[in-house]
Amino acid sequence: MKTILEIQGLTKWFGGLVAVDNVSLSIREGEIRALIGPNGSGKSTLLNLVSGVYAPTDGRILFKGQSVLNKRPHLLVEEGMKRTFQNARLFSGLTVLQNVMVGLHGQTRGGLFGIVFSLPGVKEEEKLIFCKAEEMLEFVGLHELANAPAKNLPYGQQRLLEVARALVSGPDLLLLDEPAAGMNPSETSQLMRLLEKIRNRGTTIFLVEHDMNLVMEISDSITVLNFGKSIAQGPPAEIQNNEGVIEAYLGKRARYA
Amino acid sequence: MRVKRFSLRILFYLAAAIVLVALPSLVRSNYWLGTIDLAIIYSIAVLGLNIVLGLTGQLNIAQAAFWGIGAYTAALLNTRLGWPFWATLLAAPPMAGAFGVMLGFPTLRLSGRYLALATIGFGIIINLILHNWKEFTGGADGIPGIASPVLGPFKFSTNASFYYLGLACLIIAALAQLKIKNSRMGRAFQAVKENELAAELSGVNAFKYRVIAFALCSAYGGLAGQLFAHRTKFVSAETFFIDMSILFICMLMIGGVGSIAGAIVGASLLTFIPEWLRFLQGPWAMAIFGLAIIFMMVFMPDGLAGLTRSIVQRIAARINPDGQEAAGRPSSGRIGATGEGK
Repeated sequence: MKTILEIQGLTKWFGGLVAVDNVSLSIREGEIRALIGPNGSGKSTLLNLVSGVYAPTDGRILFKGQSVLNKRPHLLVEEGMKRTFQNARLFSGLTVLQNVMVGLHGQTRGGLFGIVFSLPGVKEEEKLIFCKAEEMLEFVGLHELANAPAKNLPYGQQRLLEVARALVSGPDLLLLDEPAAGMNPSETSQLMRLLEKIRNRGTTIFLVEHDMNLVMEISDSITVLNFGKSIAQGPPAEIQNNEGVIEAYLGKRARYA
Repeated sequence: MRVKRFSLRILFYLAAAIVLVALPSLVRSNYWLGTIDLAIIYSIAVLGLNIVLGLTGQLNIAQAAFWGIGAYTAALLNTRLGWPFWATLLAAPPMAGAFGVMLGFPTLRLSGRYLALATIGFGIIINLILHNWKEFTGGADGIPGIASPVLGPFKFSTNASFYYLGLACLIIAALAQLKIKNSRMGRAFQAVKENELAAELSGVNAFKYRVIAFALCSAYGGLAGQLFAHRTKFVSAETFFIDMSILFICMLMIGGVGSIAGAIVGASLLTFIPEWLRFLQGPWAMAIFGLAIIFMMVFMPDGLAGLTRSIVQRIAARINPDGQEAAGRPSSGRIGATGEGK
C-alpha cells in the first residue's frame, strides 16, 4: 500500500506553548485513520497544520510525496486534500446545493466573459457540477433539502453538508475534524455508515474524533496524542489495551463507565 | 399553476417595459427627466458597489473615485483625442477596473475597517490628483465641451433621449450582474463573504476573488462615470468627492445589500428624495434628507429588498401554511429577511 500522507517530526509552538511536539505518522492510501487524545492534546492543531491553515514551527508534511509547506490552502485542495471543521463552517446565505457546488469550484474554469454571455462551455460546466452536487447530496442523504438555505439545517445535517461539500470534488484525502460532535446517536451511526461508504469509494480518511464507539468501530488504525506528543499508534484492539493510552486517556473514561 | 405563474411573469415584464419606454412622454418635465437620468447613472455605480459589499462583503468607500476615473477618462479621450461616445464606452470601464485592481492588490489583504480606511485614502488621493494636476485634468475648472452620444442619425443630447441610452446600459449592467451572481464566480464571492477560510479550503482563492470583485465594482463605477461625462458634457473634481462614495453606500444599504433590484431602487430613491425636499430651501433640506436616511436604516436594517422579502414570506406563510421549505424551521420575519442582506 502506498503512503498518501507522511508527517515527520512535526512541531508547532504557540508562543511559549508547544501544541504539537515532534509528531511523526504516515497514513496509507485507503485507510481510515483516527487521531484521538484528551482535550487540548493538539489534535485540531495537527489537522490545521496538515491542511495548510497553520505553518509548522518545524518538521515536514508530505502529501502524495510532495511537501505541503508554504502552499496556500486552496492549492492543496486542488491536489486532492479536503477538510471539514470542528464547528461547521458553511456558507449560510447560500442554499444546500450551492454550498456543495462551491466545493466543485476548482473543477470549473468559466471566466467573466463566458459567464456574462452564457457561452455553451460555461452552461455545460454549470449543468455538470449541478448534477454532481445533486448526486453528492443524494449520497449523504440531504437531497430533499437541496434548495433550503444552509443556515436552516439542524446541526447534525450541517455537519453532513460540510462532508458533502468536501467530498464532492473527489478528494484523495479527507480530513474530518470531529465529524460526530453534536450529533445524536442515530445521526452518529448514519455518519459511520457514510464514512465506510466514503472509504469504499477509495478516499483515505484522517479524522479527529472524541466518540470512542465510532473511532473503535470504523478506524483501521489510531494515533493517540497527549500533550502534543504521539504516545501510541496501532489498530483499535491494540490501542484499547495500551497501558499508556489507558492511563492518559481511556483510564478517565473507565472511571465514568 | 406553473403555466399561470409563467404567463403572469411575462405580463409583468411587458407592463414594466411599456412603462419604461413611455416614461419620457409620461414625465414630460425636462427637469425630472434629468433627475431620472441621474438616478440611472447612480444605479449603475451602486450596482458595482453591490458586487464588493453585497456579494463579497468588503467595504469600498472609494466608489466615487472610480466613478470619477471613468468620467475623466471619457472626458479626456473625447475632448483631446476626439473619441466618440462608443469608443469611450469601451475605454472607461476597463480603465476604472484597472485602477480597482491597482487598489486591490496592495490593500485587499487588509480586512474590515482597515480596508475601509485604505479605500477612503485612495478616494482622497484620486480627488486631489483630479483637483491639482491642472495641465491634465483642468484642475478646479474641470473639462467642458464633452460631446453627446451620437448613433447614426440619432443624437442623445436631450434628457429624454439620453434616458433610453442610460436605461439600456443599466439593463445590460443589471443582467450581467445577475449572470455573475448565479455563476461559479458569484458563488465564490458569496463563499468568501460568508466564511473566508472555508472558501479557501473548498478551493476558492479568496484573494483572487476579492480583487476580481474590486475590479468589477470599479468597472461599473467607470461605466457610470462615462455616462455621466457624456450627459452633463462637463466634469469637475468636486463632483467625485468622498461624500458621493458614502451616498452610494447609503443607496445600497437602503435598497438592500446584495440585491440587484434593491441597488437600483435605493439609488433612485436617494436621488429623488433631495429633489422632493427642494421646497424646504437651505440647510433644512439636507438635514431632513440625513434624518430620512437614518430612519430608513433603523427601521429597515435589510433595506427595501429585505423588507419586501419578509412581507412576501409572511403572505406566503398565511396563504399556504404547510408550504414552507423542507428545512423545517420556518424563518420568521426579520430572521428570514437577513437572508441575502447580511
